[in-house]
Amino acid sequence: MDKLIEQFSLGLFFWQSLLFIGLVLLLKKFAWKPILDAVNEREEGIQNALDSAEEAKKEMQSLNADNERILKEARAERDSLLKDAREVKDKLISDAKEDAQEQAKTIIENAKAAIEVEKKAAISELKTQVAGLSIEIAEKVVKSELASKDDQLALVDKILGDVTLK
Amino acid sequence: MQRFLRHDYYYHMRREFLIQKITFILLLVSFVSFAQHHDADHGAAAVETSSETSLKEEIKEFIGHHLLDSYDFSLFSYEDEHGKDVHVGAPLPVILWDSETGLNVFSSSNFHHGETPAESKGNFYKVYHSKIYKTDAAGTIHLDDHHHATNEKPLDFSITKNVAVIFLVSLLMFFIFSRMAKSYKTSALPTGFGRLLEPIILYIRDDIAIPNIGKKKYKKYMSYLLTVFFFVWIINLLGLTPLGVNVTNNIAVTLALSLMTYFITTFSGNKDYWKHIFWMPGVPTPMKIILAPIELLGTIIKPFSLMIRLYANITAGHIVLMSIIGLMFIFKNWIGSPLSFGLAFALSLLELLVAALQAYIFTMLSALYFGSAVEEHDHH
Amino acid sequence: MTGLNFVGAGLIVIGAGLGIGRIGGSAMDAIARQPEASGKIQTAMLIAAALIEGIGFAALFAA
Repeated sequence: MDKLIEQFSLGLFFWQSLLFIGLVLLLKKFAWKPILDAVNEREEGIQNALDSAEEAKKEMQSLNADNERILKEARAERDSLLKDAREVKDKLISDAKEDAQEQAKTIIENAKAAIEVEKKAAISELKTQVAGLSIEIAEKVVKSELASKDDQLALVDKILGDVTLK
Repeated sequence: MQRFLRHDYYYHMRREFLIQKITFILLLVSFVSFAQHHDADHGAAAVETSSETSLKEEIKEFIGHHLLDSYDFSLFSYEDEHGKDVHVGAPLPVILWDSETGLNVFSSSNFHHGETPAESKGNFYKVYHSKIYKTDAAGTIHLDDHHHATNEKPLDFSITKNVAVIFLVSLLMFFIFSRMAKSYKTSALPTGFGRLLEPIILYIRDDIAIPNIGKKKYKKYMSYLLTVFFFVWIINLLGLTPLGVNVTNNIAVTLALSLMTYFITTFSGNKDYWKHIFWMPGVPTPMKIILAPIELLGTIIKPFSLMIRLYANITAGHIVLMSIIGLMFIFKNWIGSPLSFGLAFALSLLELLVAALQAYIFTMLSALYFGSAVEEHDHH
Repeated sequence: MTGLNFVGAGLIVIGAGLGIGRIGGSAMDAIARQPEASGKIQTAMLIAAALIEGIGFAALFAA
C-alpha cells in the first residue's frame, strides 16, 4: 500500500483526468451521438420495414381469404343456378310431356269419337243400303213369285202377321 | 519487488535482449521521431559495478524500470562499440510548478536520462527513482533512514511518456470514431474499420448498458461507457506491444478512471439509491443503523476495487510476462529457452484476452453501479 | 515484505483462487445444464469473479 501511494503521480492523474474528460466530451459530440443515432435510425427503419411487411402479409392474407370467400359464394351461386335450371328443365319437360299426353288423349278421343260417328253413319248407311238391297231383292223375288194377285195378298198377310208378332 | 536506479547497468546480455526488441520496434513503430543521444561521460565506476551485478538482478531491474513512468519517450537503449550509452527515443517537455519560481518548462533531454541535474530559473532538478526532486548544482539527493529522498519535490505536471501515450491514444480514438461517425452520413451501414467496431459498440449498448441500467436511462451513460471501454482496451493492447508503454499499471490512471465512475454514480443517484444506503428499507431499525456505515463504505470500496483490479491485473500480467521473457536469458540452453519462449507466447495470448476482459469488466461494473444509482424500486 | 506478509499473500491467493475456481466450476455446471443461458451465466460469472478478484487484490496490497 505504501508503495502504491509513493508511486502515485499527481501529474499523471491530472493529465489523465483532463484528457479523459475532454475525450469523453469530444467523442460524445463528434462520434458516439452520430453513431448511436445513425444505428438507432437504421434499426428503426428495419423495424418499420419489417412491420409494414408483416402488415402487407396480413392484408394479403385477408385479401386471399376474401377471394376465397367470393369464389366460394360464386361457386354456390353457380350450383344453385344450375340446380334451378335443372329443375326448370325437368319441369318444362314434364309439363310438355303432360301436355303432349293430354293432347294425344284428346286427339285419340276425338278420333275415336269421329270413328264412332263414322261407324254409326256407315252402319246406318249400310242398313239403308242393305234395306234398299233387300227390298230390291225382295221386289225381284216377289215379282217373280207373286205374279198372281192371290199370292201377293197371301204374302202380305203373312208378313203383316210376323210384324205384329214381333 | 525492488526498484533500481534506471540508468546505471548495461552490458552484453541487455544488449542482446534489446537488439531483439529493436527488430520488433522497427516493424511496429514508424511514427515516433528517433532522437539519438550519445552520452559521453559514462562513468567508469558504473561499468565496474555492472560486472558484479547478476543477470537475475539485471532482469529484475529492467522489469522494475519497465513498470515505471519516464520523462522521455525512450524506446530502447544500448551500449555502442566505444562503451557509450545510446538512447533511442524522443525527449518530452517537463512542466514543474515550484513554490518559489512558479512555472518551469524545459525539455527532458536536460536530465540526460537522469544522469545530471537540469537547471531552470536558477534552480536545479534531478530525477531520482522516477520522481523529480529539487537539488543543488551537484545533484545531491538527501536520503533518510528508509532510503527515501528528503529533498523538496516541486509539483510535477510533466508530459511524461504515459501522458504522451494517453494523448496519442485520445487522438487516435477521436480520429477513428469521428471518421466512423462521418461514414454514417453517406450510408446506413458502417464502412471500413467501422464494420469491426459497430458490433462492439452495439454489444456495449445491448449487453452492458441496457441490461444493467435499464432501457429508459441508459442513453445518458453510453458516452462514458463506450469511451472508457475503448480507451482501456486500446491502452491495454498498446501495453502488450514492444513499445514499452504501460499506462494502466499506473495507479494514478486507474484512480482517475474509477473516480469518474464514482462521481457519475454519486451524482446520478436518485432518492431510492440514497435511501438504500442510509435507511435500508425492509430490515429492523437496529439493522438499519448497522447497515448505513457499511453501505456508505461500500460506495467507496466499489470504485476502489475498480481501480485496484485494473491496476493489479495489468501490472501482474506485465511482471509475469517479462519475467518469463527474462528466463530465456537465464536458461541460455536449448531446452529452457524455447520452453520459456513458448510459455511467453502462450501468456501473451492470455494477456490479449486479459486486455479486453479488464476493459469489459471495468465497463460492466461501471454500468452496474450506474444502474444501481438510477434504479427505481417499485416496492411497498 | 516480511516472512509473515508472504504467508498472508499466499493465503489470499489460495482463498481467491478457490473462490474463483468454484465460480468457474459452478458456471460450467450451469452452462452444461442450460446451454441456452450461457451468455447470462458467463456475464454473472465474470462479475462474481471480478468482485472476488478485486477483494483479493485489495488484500494483497494491504498484506
